[in-house]
Amino acid sequence: MKFRLSRTHIPLLATSAVFALFYTGASFRYDGFFSWTVFVNLLHDNAFLGFVAIGMTFVILAGGIDLSVGAVVGFTSTFVARLIAHQLHPLPAILIALVIGTGFGAGMGALIRFTALPPFLVTLAGMFFMRGLGFAVSLETIPIKHPFYEAISEFSLRVFPVTAILFLSVVGAAIYLAHYTRFGRAIYAIGGSEPSAALMGLPVSRTKIGLYALSGLCAALGGVTYTFYTSSGNALAGTMLELDAIAAVVIGGTLLSGGVGYVFGTLIGVLILGVIQTIITFQGTWNSWWTKIAIGVLLLAFILLQRFLQSSAGRGGSGVANPAMARNMPVIRP
Amino acid sequence: MSERLSRLMPARLRQLIWPLMALAALLLFNGLFTDGFARVTIRDGHAYGSLVDILKLSSRVMLVSLGMTLVIATAGVDLSVGAVVAIAGSVAARLIVQQQIGLPMALAATSGLCLVLGAWNGTLVGWLGVQPIVATLILMVAGRGIAQLLAGGQIITVESSGFSFIAGGYFLGLPFPVTMVALMLLLTVALTRGTALGLFIEAVGNNETAALFAGVNPCAVKMFAYAFTGLCSGMAGIIEASDIKAADANNAGLYLELDVILAVVIGGTPLNGGRFDLAGSLVGALIIQTLTTTIKMRGVPVEYTLVVKAVVVLVICLAQSPELRKLLLQRRASA
Amino acid sequence: MNSASVISTDEAPLLAVRGVTKIFPGVRALDGVDFTLRRGEIHALMGENGAGKSTLIKVLTGADRRDGGEILFDGCSIDPRSPAEAQRLGISTVYQEVNLIPFLSVAENIYLGRQPMKFGRIDWKQINLRAAAALKHIDVEVDVARPLNSYSPAIQQMVSIARALDIRAKVLVLDEPTSSLDANEVRHLFAVLRRLKAEGLAIIFVSHFLDQVYAISDRFTVLRNGKLIGEYDAAKLPRLELIAKMIGKDLKAVEEMSARRGAEPVRTAHQPFLRVIGLGRRGSMTRFDLTIRAGEVVGLAGLLGSGRTETARLLFGIDRAEEGRMEIDGKLVTLTSPRGAIGRRFGFCPEDRKTQAVIPDLSVRENIVLALQASKGWLRKISTQQQQELVENYIKALGIATPDAERPVKFLSGGNQQKAILARWLASRPRFLILDEPTRGIDVGAKVEIEKLIARLCSEGMAILFISSELEEVVRDSHRVVVLRDRKKVCELTGGQIDLPSIMQAIAARADE
Repeated sequence: MKFRLSRTHIPLLATSAVFALFYTGASFRYDGFFSWTVFVNLLHDNAFLGFVAIGMTFVILAGGIDLSVGAVVGFTSTFVARLIAHQLHPLPAILIALVIGTGFGAGMGALIRFTALPPFLVTLAGMFFMRGLGFAVSLETIPIKHPFYEAISEFSLRVFPVTAILFLSVVGAAIYLAHYTRFGRAIYAIGGSEPSAALMGLPVSRTKIGLYALSGLCAALGGVTYTFYTSSGNALAGTMLELDAIAAVVIGGTLLSGGVGYVFGTLIGVLILGVIQTIITFQGTWNSWWTKIAIGVLLLAFILLQRFLQSSAGRGGSGVANPAMARNMPVIRP
Repeated sequence: MSERLSRLMPARLRQLIWPLMALAALLLFNGLFTDGFARVTIRDGHAYGSLVDILKLSSRVMLVSLGMTLVIATAGVDLSVGAVVAIAGSVAARLIVQQQIGLPMALAATSGLCLVLGAWNGTLVGWLGVQPIVATLILMVAGRGIAQLLAGGQIITVESSGFSFIAGGYFLGLPFPVTMVALMLLLTVALTRGTALGLFIEAVGNNETAALFAGVNPCAVKMFAYAFTGLCSGMAGIIEASDIKAADANNAGLYLELDVILAVVIGGTPLNGGRFDLAGSLVGALIIQTLTTTIKMRGVPVEYTLVVKAVVVLVICLAQSPELRKLLLQRRASA
Repeated sequence: MNSASVISTDEAPLLAVRGVTKIFPGVRALDGVDFTLRRGEIHALMGENGAGKSTLIKVLTGADRRDGGEILFDGCSIDPRSPAEAQRLGISTVYQEVNLIPFLSVAENIYLGRQPMKFGRIDWKQINLRAAAALKHIDVEVDVARPLNSYSPAIQQMVSIARALDIRAKVLVLDEPTSSLDANEVRHLFAVLRRLKAEGLAIIFVSHFLDQVYAISDRFTVLRNGKLIGEYDAAKLPRLELIAKMIGKDLKAVEEMSARRGAEPVRTAHQPFLRVIGLGRRGSMTRFDLTIRAGEVVGLAGLLGSGRTETARLLFGIDRAEEGRMEIDGKLVTLTSPRGAIGRRFGFCPEDRKTQAVIPDLSVRENIVLALQASKGWLRKISTQQQQELVENYIKALGIATPDAERPVKFLSGGNQQKAILARWLASRPRFLILDEPTRGIDVGAKVEIEKLIARLCSEGMAILFISSELEEVVRDSHRVVVLRDRKKVCELTGGQIDLPSIMQAIAARADE
């Protein structure tokens, strides 16, 4: 009985264990791996993926999927760079980009909600759309030269990377959103059973549109982060990023069928992907394709784990009457 | 009226009408307004022109869409086709260039390997019951890494006249890939409609439990669909590698899965499984390619291609969405 | 609660439905129906399938909108557009299948969408405290922090009720609330309902179980074919009369029906076709023996949840038996899948036609040939001509009403779908056919035809296992009746022993241990 209570925690524990294993293993193997710099860089380098993955977590928790995030990253980065090139101050430029990302997500959410087209298809079209829009803004890389960007990189160099701070605060906000707001709980409910959520009187339409908007916002934030990294914008940025984001969410223990999962798990998932990348960099002799293969293998392992947990849950859940039940029911004997 | 219509026309043909009309409209528009679109010239017994190009360029999508149609009909989806295309290119190129085994052997081995890759997806989906999107995501992510590993991170160029014939050659006046599509279409139709497989696929896709209880083996049916898609992807990979006379593990088949899924959906096979329409999927592939060619020939900047594609695809899917039709009908009724 | 306003007053009913009409394409699901609900009463809505009960409930709870008529609630005209709006007005519904979120905690399920907030965040402590109190009010004490799906359907049902009550419902609609509960759980539910009634709640109760309806209801409203038949005091309407009103027959016909006895026993000279010894599976069926001969109908009687469907699933290889063995024609066999069973020439019409039998988008023809084709394998396709002949034969023989064989089966009525599924199995020429509730949800005419068909098939030498919750049918059609209770086989009746009272006694008897 106690075991079942923690069933949803098992993938999370497994993820944390894998992360700990990779991190300590690498620390023993490579000199200088176990250092503050490497850890901070892990946060800094993967913030961009992290934002996207957090948005994706909400979408997947509600039983959906958002394939457009990578394209939104690409569009946002060129768009911001273009605006700045047109003498707009970065802050309003970033703000406009975030609004566009949010609005675009909301639009897809509305389409999914009101036409009953599968999320997969709508966000696929959204991906084409955004990628095309990004190319329309510019086919070339647009460099960003602005005191604001220099200030940020300066600050990051001396103190603590802005992106890492931003990343951790977004994780905090997302955890709050998921567990302490009605919106967050409605997302879990919709992922658990959408018809039930509707019958319980939850605002299904508003929540669904809201969560795709949220994913759009997170993706746009990822795009802005990209401009911080490279001090430039590129319509090709974030190609196939949606795959890494989905992988991070799944490795983080979120059930792809929706309803079960944690933002914290996604954070760990992102860090695992980051650690793999870092290990391969440290090793030096390995090639980048091993990253993809390793992620694939991890995905397989976690999906099989989920599968196993689900089927054993189905077994335990049926039939046998609950002892609590027997205690409360008046029993009449002949 | 609709009663009579349904009696005059078989159900399958009625489904095909929407995509066919869309294709006809596109072609008509181009025929009227795009210079030189309808022109087909014959040189040395080979046909040239935009229409021929559309046929040739859409051949990869058409090939893979044959398999994907079956997968989608079982209420699944295969995201890994692009990665399999990349693997097929790398394997074929390596076998031909480095192993020096004959071309037929190399092609057979490549196809066989892709069949196995498809069967891997089939195992995850059919026997282990993993959701199709998730199961095929694994190969989608890892597959490209494997392709790069096999190619050793390089672009392997292939100098073989036999190999370049596959994409560049002509047969019966038309590009050879068209023949390959035709043969594969025949094979697929023979496999699904000539045997009971088509019935089983539709039964499994429409109501898996009922199919299981009626004695159909859903695992085997799914296994077939995914393995067959693997084979189709392998052939598409060979065409792609032959076309550029090289294996490019980074870019081969990139975003192919999206075009293919769109082709199938435009062709009228519903994403939640059931009835499938092979001819519709081919028409869908032609629509996508015609659209791309149109954009190019109309002088629209290439960068807008994707935007236009997105809008058109959405409009076609919306037109087919029963929910939207219901919504509109309600509006009209209440107004 | 202000007790003065709660006292039931005949002149001002809480809920008054006047001449409500609901039209679906081709059907008048509700045709000028009146319905009156008072404070502090339990009112049963009665009727056969297609009577309009569920449509009326849907109109009341905002799931469907009416096309005509008026609904007065507390004297005001209402027109709820969604379940949420109906809930806000004070009409809450507990559905047959629990409509909660399985992964979330019990407490959260009660407060989802209206969580108490504190400093801009959900106050989880409050939620857990209040949920525990709300459940205690209906005599349920469980750990409210655990996920809902770790509890039995009965507890889930109670959580559902707790949620409905906590929204301050004035009207509680219970749609088949007892279908997945055992006898003790039903008693507990009823005790709670009686107390709520005393507190002034108005309850609409829908159930197929006549005993329960009589045990709990104050009044009945009977519907048939979308029309109101009448409103009656429960105490003044005898059971048979109620049934007669529901099925639209006169009382005599009904009395005749229930007086009929079982079929003659089959001569036992035949070697048993199927022999099952000690077959069982944990959580499904306790080990049982069963013998079925060719040309024999064995009825399986028992309440819902007594193990009827579980027995069928074990016999058909859907669930693997964990113990015991099975012999066909005296030879030991092991079944691990429906395919294996079909290979031994078994057939199985499942209880849940919609999710387990019908393949909605495929044509009548394809639905019928499916099992036969599956047993032949994918390579040996039955030719189109053969298919057409076969299907035409069965359409004629079973009287399947369809314009043509190519029509998708989803457009057929329930009874005709059932016949198509029967045809699917008959076409595969089984030696042993399991019929799980073949007459559920279909009209009376089709029921009679299916019963006749069963008699004919067994006279042709087919062995049949017949499962039905209509005990009269079991009595009428079976040569032998096996009675199940609490997933155990409790007795077997043969020939002259088969009558309604004996079966009911066997079902009703309490286990001794």
